[in-house]
Amino acid sequence: MYAALWRVLPGPVWLKVVEALVLVAIVVAVLFQWVFPAVADLVPFNDNTVG
Amino acid sequence: MTRRLTGWLGELLITAGVLVLLFVAWQLWWTDVTAERVQGRLVQTLTDDFGSGRAGTVGHDEFPELGTAKAFAVIRVPRFGADFARPVIEGVGRPVLALGVGHYTDSAAPGAVGNFAVAGHRTTYGRPFHDIDRLRAGDRVIVETKPTVYVYEVTSHEIVRPWQTEVIAPVPDRPGATPTERMITMTSCHPKYSATQRYITHGRLVKAVPRAQWRLADWTRVEG
Repeated sequence: MYAALWRVLPGPVWLKVVEALVLVAIVVAVLFQWVFPAVADLVPFNDNTVG
Repeated sequence: MTRRLTGWLGELLITAGVLVLLFVAWQLWWTDVTAERVQGRLVQTLTDDFGSGRAGTVGHDEFPELGTAKAFAVIRVPRFGADFARPVIEGVGRPVLALGVGHYTDSAAPGAVGNFAVAGHRTTYGRPFHDIDRLRAGDRVIVETKPTVYVYEVTSHEIVRPWQTEVIAPVPDRPGATPTERMITMTSCHPKYSATQRYITHGRLVKAVPRAQWRLADWTRVEG
């Protein structure tokens, strides 16, 4: 699937690299900002309280 | 065709592995970066509030991240560092504990007869109680509110299971007993990176100083 993605990206190789890096950065940002905080609520190892 | 499918499957598995590693990095590193920044700003907001004509509690109008929660005190533990200061917020829900130390709502107010009980992260989210196991009997825990600064001294610690709520009873470990002393109890997870137990530290109020007479430098010495 990554090979297909690489073929779809327009431009010469150096531009494809830049585009791929931007895509990775966007995915990581979405994960850090929204996805991981939501997932963290579901895992138990952050509990510090009694009761 | 089969080769193509296995190729896709392999890429999916690698992606899943990278996602898990990214989550670990976010949890163990990034939550500390963001939480320490926001907790430092909240301590500054509270400190400014204490020194001005404002109410002495900080809500979302001054600090939007708080939502419906309210911050009302600053906790200082010289054993954790001369400049260690974290906000104390009402409640012990997850959003609150990402912003600082949480106060068990039904427990006593700072300095009151009974048990002022607070919870804090041992790891991640700025980990305010990371070094709770380094506290020794006699170490000071300072709780600043707008009118008064309370100085507690650590008396004991214990390691319990998560459901042992008697540790935050008005008389610690004696649920139902009528309190006569002014205690503090700090709870955090134990061992580090685990939730199987809780590390509990108890202390007793030794001094209540009106803000006008308060000098932090008199109380930050750490023995041994």
